[in-house]
Amino acid sequence: MDVFLQQLFNGLFLGAIYALIALGYTMVYGILRFINFAHGEIYMVGAYVAYFAATALLPVFGVGWPAFLILLVVAMLACALLGVGIEWTVYRPLRDRPRLTVLITAIGVSLFLQYGGQSWLGAAPRAFPALVPKTTLSLGPVQATNLQIVVLVTTVILMLALRFFVMKTKLGKAMRAVSHNVQAASLMGINNDRVIAVTFAVGSALAAAAGVLYAINYPTINPLMGLMPGLKAFVAAVLGGIGNIPGAAVGGLVLGIVETFAGGSPVLSPYRDAIAFGLLVLLLLFKPGGLLGKATVEKV
Amino acid sequence: MRWISEHSRKALLIGLALAGIVQLISGSLDVYYLNIGLMAAIHVALAVSLNLVNGYTGQFSLGHAGFMAVGAYTAAALTTILPESVPALANLEGVGGQIWFLLATLVGGGAAALCGFLVGMPSLRLRGDYLAIVTLGFGEIIRVFIQSSETLGGARGLSGVPPLSTPFACIALAVISIYICGNLVKSTYGLGYLATRDDEIAAESVGVNTTRCKVNAFVVGAFIAGMAGSLFGHLLQYINPSQFGFLKSIEIVVLVILGGMGSTLGVAIAAVVMTFGLEQMRALGDWRMVIYALLIIVFMIVRPQGVMGTLGVERKARKRKTKAAA
Repeated sequence: MDVFLQQLFNGLFLGAIYALIALGYTMVYGILRFINFAHGEIYMVGAYVAYFAATALLPVFGVGWPAFLILLVVAMLACALLGVGIEWTVYRPLRDRPRLTVLITAIGVSLFLQYGGQSWLGAAPRAFPALVPKTTLSLGPVQATNLQIVVLVTTVILMLALRFFVMKTKLGKAMRAVSHNVQAASLMGINNDRVIAVTFAVGSALAAAAGVLYAINYPTINPLMGLMPGLKAFVAAVLGGIGNIPGAAVGGLVLGIVETFAGGSPVLSPYRDAIAFGLLVLLLLFKPGGLLGKATVEKV
Repeated sequence: MRWISEHSRKALLIGLALAGIVQLISGSLDVYYLNIGLMAAIHVALAVSLNLVNGYTGQFSLGHAGFMAVGAYTAAALTTILPESVPALANLEGVGGQIWFLLATLVGGGAAALCGFLVGMPSLRLRGDYLAIVTLGFGEIIRVFIQSSETLGGARGLSGVPPLSTPFACIALAVISIYICGNLVKSTYGLGYLATRDDEIAAESVGVNTTRCKVNAFVVGAFIAGMAGSLFGHLLQYINPSQFGFLKSIEIVVLVILGGMGSTLGVAIAAVVMTFGLEQMRALGDWRMVIYALLIIVFMIVRPQGVMGTLGVERKARKRKTKAAA
């Protein structure tokens, strides 16, 4: 039982990271109906921004929670800008093209960021500095580090903030309207371009937060680190029902927990990376809309 | 170019004759360029077969390297692992070895085709980007399974694969793939593929069995990819799972895109040009991939139909409409 709870906690922690990345996928998909393949790379860039900001700022602020918060905000802002920049330069000219054209372009952007990062920053992994001293706490039978708890708390706060933004603010309402029907939304006087830019900004900021949260826990980062989490977070978004914001959170958590349990079993652990995709294939075969998604009816 | 289109028998014979000539003079050719040329031929087979799925049938597969891996490993199991326990197969030189290699390649293609069938099935329910992700996931699943299989060498890979890929075999595969794919879509049966791509509902309502078209495209595409994988392994004499990762699939997709979705000849040309081009850019190190990525982005913005691609019916219609409006 203790092992079970411990694994469940570890799974929640991994799932929180997936969920944060998945939110960005799902938001962009909800509005533009395309998979932003470069999203996993935004997560990588987020971790790198925090790394460089840390090397510059740590001597000024010293180790501690303020430093962590500042780095988190810096990384989120930088990636929000990057996300909007990519949308502006690359995706906007392709707005009316077939979805596959945009998908392939997104793959191009993803390769560009990966290999651009590799050429510019070097392929060698870098050690992420410790921002906060690590301590281990016992919560009943579960052993948790303070850093893992920070991940969970930050994730919950970000998700609540996102929920508030999407449901209660005017811009959030516009976002939901655009995702419901682009043309009708623009007829109602909504500035689609602005809504799309905001969506990219918010999604990218969340991915950057995931990157920082990952980096403080597993303190090595490299330019290709975004590939697998990016793909898996996409799987998480589909699991929850793509385009559905609570679905992405649920999908991320489910995927994180399933993967952690599989990783803990000696039989399944070699196939850990395959499990996410196996799950995806099964889900799409039996419930293509995802766990929380609605079935779509195709009109002839 | 009229007299030598990709679906004429004349072109097939000329291609095979060319393969024979290269085989005969291969001893006096520069080994480096010969090997790049053979790699280009293998890429032609891969790109042309993917074009059948992505370009002609309008399904989006991102897992072609997975089929390639199945073919490469199945064939290598027959020529590299099996002879360890069957002494009769120890000597694979000469004609006997070539026949065994041909068999192994066909079995590899068959195994890949079986996987193609399995992946084709979900495509009945999925379309567009969902299918892309499932095929991508499938490629990853295959890679992970090979990686954790000790018999197949795991992540270390399988070395000591005998050098059985002759210049004739590589070029012949490329030529035959072009012939098969070029002919298939020009036959009345193959027109169903194009109909499936252009409008599934309309195709279905005039009696095209779109399900069968999609699955068949996957099976034929996977079969050729599996054979190409076998030749790939026996050319490099070493295979490891990371050679058949996501990046390889993307590489093949890019060839199809650059050549022009739905143009067999264009795709084949793109495969040759890109293989040589990327090889020449090797000196640039990692920047090579950056340029490659930029090429994809710029191409998609400027000329999404590729160098020789035709616009799908939908976009042509839209173009006409805008012209009429103007």
